[in-house]
Amino acid sequence: MKRDLLLFTAFSLFIMVAPQIFAGGYLMNVLVFVGINTMLAIALNLLLGYAGQISLGHAGFFGLGAYLSGILTTTYSLNPWLAMPIAACVVGSLAYLIGLPVLKLKGHYLAMATLGLGIIIYIVFNETVDLTGGPSGLSGIPNLHVAGITFDSDVKNYYLIWGVTLAVMLFSLNLAGSRVGRALRAVHDSEVAAQVLGVDARGLKVQIFALSAIISSLAGSLYAHTMTFISPASFGFNFSIELLTMVVIGGLGSIYGSFLGAALLTLLPEILRGANDYDIIIYGALLMVMVMFMPGGLVRGVPALFRKVFSRKAEGGHA
Amino acid sequence: MLEVTGITQIFGGVTALDTVSFSIAKGDITGVIGPNGAGKTTLFNIITGIYHQTAGTVTLEGKNITGLPPEKLARLAMVRTFQNIELFGGMTVLENVMVGMHTKSSSGLLACALKMPWSISEERRIRAGAMKWLEFTGILDLADHTAGSLPFGKGRLLEIARALAVEPRIMLMDEPAAGLNSQETLGLSRLIKQIRDLGITVVLVEHDMELVMDICDRIVVLNLGKKLAEGTPREIQESPEVIAAYLGDDD
Repeated sequence: MKRDLLLFTAFSLFIMVAPQIFAGGYLMNVLVFVGINTMLAIALNLLLGYAGQISLGHAGFFGLGAYLSGILTTTYSLNPWLAMPIAACVVGSLAYLIGLPVLKLKGHYLAMATLGLGIIIYIVFNETVDLTGGPSGLSGIPNLHVAGITFDSDVKNYYLIWGVTLAVMLFSLNLAGSRVGRALRAVHDSEVAAQVLGVDARGLKVQIFALSAIISSLAGSLYAHTMTFISPASFGFNFSIELLTMVVIGGLGSIYGSFLGAALLTLLPEILRGANDYDIIIYGALLMVMVMFMPGGLVRGVPALFRKVFSRKAEGGHA
Repeated sequence: MLEVTGITQIFGGVTALDTVSFSIAKGDITGVIGPNGAGKTTLFNIITGIYHQTAGTVTLEGKNITGLPPEKLARLAMVRTFQNIELFGGMTVLENVMVGMHTKSSSGLLACALKMPWSISEERRIRAGAMKWLEFTGILDLADHTAGSLPFGKGRLLEIARALAVEPRIMLMDEPAAGLNSQETLGLSRLIKQIRDLGITVVLVEHDMELVMDICDRIVVLNLGKKLAEGTPREIQESPEVIAAYLGDDD
């Protein structure tokens, strides 16, 4: 309990001072994306890593949050602080209603159904041109501002996004360690045994699906207000798969793992930019190697690697 | 306590259970026995809401519970264990039992995630309760181990501890001695008697006749989906129909 709090405090401090170390125009912008992706990866991890239910349509919820915020603040000139919770409520309710029938499906069938959902949402973004601007996107979305501060620079956005991300992390860590978190993991390991012990598996799955969608929508709204421009391309099937990769590479069922996965997959393309045309190959190869040698994800694999290296050194020292 | 009336279960063209009726008295240990394929596990799955029978009713303490899902039955203080222990393998032993306290706690998703004061005190109560049941079943020293890494015998004890955490009034055990060595079986029979002494009615499906004859107050015999006999262990041992079913008829 105490150790968890210490770890979270240390992590928050690291996040808060990071801009002082890594300050520099473009990198700050990337770190803002790391924050947004961390939120999304945590949202998906609650569903996939804890409850064991897959979703290949999470980019859709992310996009719905972004578009609802964007449309409400531009076409209807609503205050962004009001638009965000409205978007989250709408997306949460929608996910709840869709989750009721869809989460009766298991395994591959659930993957197919959520895939379909993501694609439908994507098509709606593209085709409802009057509302969303279609493929050319929606521009002129206002920045958030509070008490005279407008969040219009990368540094300001960094603190805004990461403030919310840290809150989402703490929220999820608390949830994971509670009776609800245990019930989710129980449903994951043996649904029938969880039910026999009184866990309403179906109700719980739908609840967590809705929560996951709400967090994704929140990330979407923040994305829209920091970028001020959105287009359907950011919310397609590819991005759903990228989120899934972040969760798996980082570590299923670990909140910090989601951060590691999001950070790696967001930073890697930037780091590999120097490798010109080979970047995609290196990127793919790295992911394959990591999945092969760290099946538990970075959050478990990296400490294990360190232990291995250090124990070998210790042995070498004695010899 | 528990009444089963006219249970019939047809899978495709196969009649797995044919109008089976019996009742179980409060505070008894009742054994359900029968040769392989007699329909014992099917019967358990029907009583505990996992299957829905073709016909017949199940009554618990005068309340019709036919067709209720397992999670509702847990709230009515009925719980079961499985033949192939169904542990939450990725969780610790303690966490497994803490899930058993689910119906005895009520903090919702938001209260848990926001660490409301009542959810924190409830968490403390859940932990203490779970420890108590680990101690009762004698596996307190394994509390922090991963459940998936336990040897089978300990896993069985964990499954029982987890079921007890529901604070059931009736507990159904599907072949609790399966896969246990003789030492562990001896410990199990002592544990089942202790569970009965807590005032919990126990029903068990079991193949280990020594265990059944030793601890059961009453026995129900099934054969080919029909109830063959019902009585005390002594009556069952002397029943010609039961002997015929188990050892074959002279013809």
